[in-house]
Amino acid sequence: MSDTGTTGTRPIIRVQNLKKRFGDHLVLKNISFDLYPRDAVTIIGSSGSGKSTLLRCINHLETPTAGAVLYHNEEIKPDIHSVNAFRSHVGMVFQSFNLFDNMTVLENCMAGVLYVQHKSREYAKEISLKYLQKVGMDPYINAKPRQLSGGMKQRVAIARALVMEPEVLLFDEPTSALDPEMVGEVLDVMKQLVSDGLTMIVVTHEMAFARDVSTRTIFMDDGYIAEEGTPDQIFNHPQNKRTQDFLSRFRNG
Amino acid sequence: MSGTPNNFFSWIIFLLQQYHGLYFSGLITTLETSLLGTVLGCVLGFAVGVVQCSSGEDETTPAKKTLFSLLRGIVKVYVTVFRGTPMIVQAMVIFYGISEAFGVNMPAFQAAILIITLNTGAYMSETVRGGIQSIDKGQTEGALALGMNRFPMMMHIILPQTMRVIFPQIGNTFVGNIKDTSVLNVISVTELFYITNVAAGTYFRMFEAYTITAMIYLTLTLAFNLLFRIIEVTMAGRESYTVVGSVEPGVEVTA
Ligand SMILES: Nc1ncnc2c1ncn2[C@@H]1O[C@H](COP(=O)(O)OP(=O)(O)O)[C@@H](O)[C@H]1O
Ligand SMILES: [Mg+2]
Repeated sequence: MSDTGTTGTRPIIRVQNLKKRFGDHLVLKNISFDLYPRDAVTIIGSSGSGKSTLLRCINHLETPTAGAVLYHNEEIKPDIHSVNAFRSHVGMVFQSFNLFDNMTVLENCMAGVLYVQHKSREYAKEISLKYLQKVGMDPYINAKPRQLSGGMKQRVAIARALVMEPEVLLFDEPTSALDPEMVGEVLDVMKQLVSDGLTMIVVTHEMAFARDVSTRTIFMDDGYIAEEGTPDQIFNHPQNKRTQDFLSRFRNG
Repeated sequence: MSGTPNNFFSWIIFLLQQYHGLYFSGLITTLETSLLGTVLGCVLGFAVGVVQCSSGEDETTPAKKTLFSLLRGIVKVYVTVFRGTPMIVQAMVIFYGISEAFGVNMPAFQAAILIITLNTGAYMSETVRGGIQSIDKGQTEGALALGMNRFPMMMHIILPQTMRVIFPQIGNTFVGNIKDTSVLNVISVTELFYITNVAAGTYFRMFEAYTITAMIYLTLTLAFNLLFRIIEVTMAGRESYTVVGSVEPGVEVTA
């Protein structure tokens, strides 16, 4: 096994022989892949194929049944210290935003800096404003989540994750809960992050985003990685029958 | 004083003239015990409710896990016992139990606070648990995904929202306690009900003396219900926010 990838650097995250079982339902069957700096990996696949479970196992919102997740070649142990240290470097953006309802937009962003990184309020405010500006939500610092549209909420959620200055961001279908007219504003922010060189894994049904923006695409099918490659390989020359079927179903709506 | 009173109203006035100081001190004791007991009971209820909602999965060592299981067991017994027995019986058992066990007579006022606190805590813990469970799980995941520990998550995210959800119930509990402290006359707490006995006894005017007491209780409960309603509405807060640096400075946007 080699530690060096295509870019000649070491992987940030290695997923090794990951399995996840719920009851007697084996949802992840044997997943292995490496995530390198500046990778923007998209994960596609039909609903129920285990995409969310994979992301949730990576940051241990679900504890893997077998296998390992390595961060800079150190295994994440399922104890709260190891997991929390990892999570503070690997952010997550959810389909349902998961903002804190009792806090304003600004407070949502400051929360991680204050209560996880234990830095000063001045720093927390400064860095929150910086990333809220980046996602175009700085005019709304005083709003509460319930007063915002879905697209705005998701941009705040992205800012909240960025404020931690994470090494990796995980996105679980960030645009799936949005009205169609709001998908663009969130995808634009994500495209900007890719071009900034942020390392990320994006579970998505936005095929155009996967094809045009990501550096690598994984097609998941029934708990396995059925096919993996550059977007060009996956979208234009899929080898696996299941990939071909999935993509043709998508093209034909 | 010109002769003895000869009807309901003149007895009421007579008793008030005679005993207003006593009534006032009973009223103060009732308010003090119910307010302190409710506040402390809520603190206890929050603590117990949080324990009931935690799984203990974050405890790092087996020893800590065992301790947590023990704590949960104790908490469960406590809640079951205090919800399953009348406060008047709890008062007797605790008051006389402490005196038997430790050979000390706890001052009635302190015993009163202890009893109301324990009783309120048991009921409030269930309310708190329900409140915590009503907060959408996504926020917990949002906090966990930032690497946040359970404690700051509870203090800054979950409990402030729980507080808001259960606030009406806290108000009801306080008003309930104003009435229920009356049972503490059995351990000679000089609250409103107890002093009425004194006021009524001298002239054997039970009806008039307790009518006054009823009016005082009614005034208190109505007043505090109104107060809590006002606080609730105020807490619901502004439904608008200010867009920073918008073209029209200070424009209010309502969602
Ligand atoms: N907490 C859970 N308990 C039981 N089954 C689950 C749980 N989470 C997911 N599953 C099951 O795992 C499978 C994969 O789910 P998921 O990872 O959400 O798929 P995807 O994100 O690709 O749509 C589904 O069959 C789902 O029902
Ligand atoms: Mg999913």
